[in-house]
Amino acid sequence: MILAGCDGDRSWRLQDYLARGGYAALKKIVAEKIPQETIIAELKTSVLRGRGGAGFPTGLKWSFMPRSFPGDKYLACNSDEGEPGTFKDRDILRYNPHSVIEGMAIAAYAMGAARGYNYIHGEIFEIYQRFEEALEEARAAQLIGQNILGSDFSFELFAHHGYGAYICGEETALLESIEGKKGQPRFKPPFPASYGLYGKPTTINNTETFASVPFIMNMGGEGFLNLGKPNNGGMKLFSVSGHVNRPGNYEVPMGTPFAELLEMAGGMRGGRKLKAVIPGGSSAPVVPAGIMMDCTMDYDSISKAGSMLGSGAVIVMDETTCMVKALERLSYFYFEESCGQCTPCREGTGWLYRVVHRIEHGLGRPDDLDLLNSVTANIMGRTICALGDAASMPVQSFVKHFGDEFMYHIENKKCLVPPEVQYAGSQIYVSPSC
Amino acid sequence: MLSQESLQQIDREVAKYPPEQKQSAVMAALRIAQVEKGWLANETIEFVANYLGMPPIAAYEVASFYNMYDLQPVGRHKITVCTNLPCALSGGVHAAEYLKEKLGIDFNETTPDGLFTLKEGECMGACGDAPVLLHNNHRMCSWMTKERIDQLLAELGGK
Repeated sequence: MILAGCDGDRSWRLQDYLARGGYAALKKIVAEKIPQETIIAELKTSVLRGRGGAGFPTGLKWSFMPRSFPGDKYLACNSDEGEPGTFKDRDILRYNPHSVIEGMAIAAYAMGAARGYNYIHGEIFEIYQRFEEALEEARAAQLIGQNILGSDFSFELFAHHGYGAYICGEETALLESIEGKKGQPRFKPPFPASYGLYGKPTTINNTETFASVPFIMNMGGEGFLNLGKPNNGGMKLFSVSGHVNRPGNYEVPMGTPFAELLEMAGGMRGGRKLKAVIPGGSSAPVVPAGIMMDCTMDYDSISKAGSMLGSGAVIVMDETTCMVKALERLSYFYFEESCGQCTPCREGTGWLYRVVHRIEHGLGRPDDLDLLNSVTANIMGRTICALGDAASMPVQSFVKHFGDEFMYHIENKKCLVPPEVQYAGSQIYVSPSC
Repeated sequence: MLSQESLQQIDREVAKYPPEQKQSAVMAALRIAQVEKGWLANETIEFVANYLGMPPIAAYEVASFYNMYDLQPVGRHKITVCTNLPCALSGGVHAAEYLKEKLGIDFNETTPDGLFTLKEGECMGACGDAPVLLHNNHRMCSWMTKERIDQLLAELGGK
């Protein structure tokens, strides 16, 4: 859907998007003065759920905005994609940036927002530059800016470039960052719909969510819903990484069996055996191979398997993976990226990393697994934002499903998977198609 | 303190935000200043803060919070390698080891000729392109096999 008909770096410009039927939805809405309520109702019918990770129904989120509020209202797009395993928004922005611009313009119309910002992840500067170019094209064609397409609807849209902070993917940290401050999450409530950017009502959606909007307007909410399965509408981009033959983004209907997705990604590298999958970005609980092979890729199925669909980042690990080492790297990440605002997260992520680190390095103690569980219990639910939970869920799930491997480490002071096997399994791998 | 060209770029960023919200441009202004100066000395941060009419400490808070700002001098070419889990499964750590061997330095070190600094990075949102590294914050290099690392180093070393 979003990436259909895109030809890599060659077809991202306005003329290409127009040739694919782009901006038809915006033009129709503006020309026919379609009521705001109709647009939001259509989105509710589509059961589009937030593609950034939380899966909150987009139509419902839009309906929280005080549409008749007379002052400034803002829109923000969250392209601060730094959840390990996730790389879909980068491809949307570089291959189809105008779908995001059109989606944001429709959102602005539906919520009466006059100004918007797209917050782009720091490490993808080239994509930020491309998005700025796409904005120029749209502005020149009167698709954003003052009096869009000659109507009385105006919407100014700009790009804001991050500079390396995972936490800014949290929506209120992102707002703080646009305000030119440290990206530290705010207390909620008040929610951004009442107190957002510069203290004004603001709606924040993920890049893929905005990019889906024009397609929903064109095919109708019902049509979009039917692409997926009930309660899990539409198509979804899955970023497949790790031990597969063809890592990359795959846009498939919600409810596609995991086994099919794995096949699309070229199957397991070197024909090795699947060990475990993190199905929704590094914060999602890990799922052992046996359970994962029976899952379909949608919110409900993955949640039933004890994990989360999250951002749709599928990290595939084969039998050469040491689960202790894998968790050690993830725990280091959360320790490094905790913003330091809440004590349980700031101190707790350090505890988690140090304990997993000592187990990996043969210094684990018999009660370390209890200690890990106790630290996570003291982080979860006790922090302002979800980073504390995000750091805890991998630990809890790795220990739950692969406790034996952790115990082997503690008792034998070495990996269950021989180091040379791990080394061979994680060598530089570049798919022949790259 | 900053060139006319940099100031013009900063002005363009300031124009993106409401007139009373100049501070919103501080991230971009620090980035532009860093590109010109190579790194952010306290005087540079202070200049940027004054230019935007905000307290220097507030600008310093931003510069020290986001990890792509360099508050210490770095080599002419800063290479940041992602070693996070998805990249590590496809050779991110191997690529880092190879760079260390080729450059003769560890993470957070600079070669004696001042040409290269090596950093360990966190997720760059390009896991499908692993191994991934970033050159001077703004150029992403994908699928970095040993051959491609050799090519990159040769290209940069020649400049």
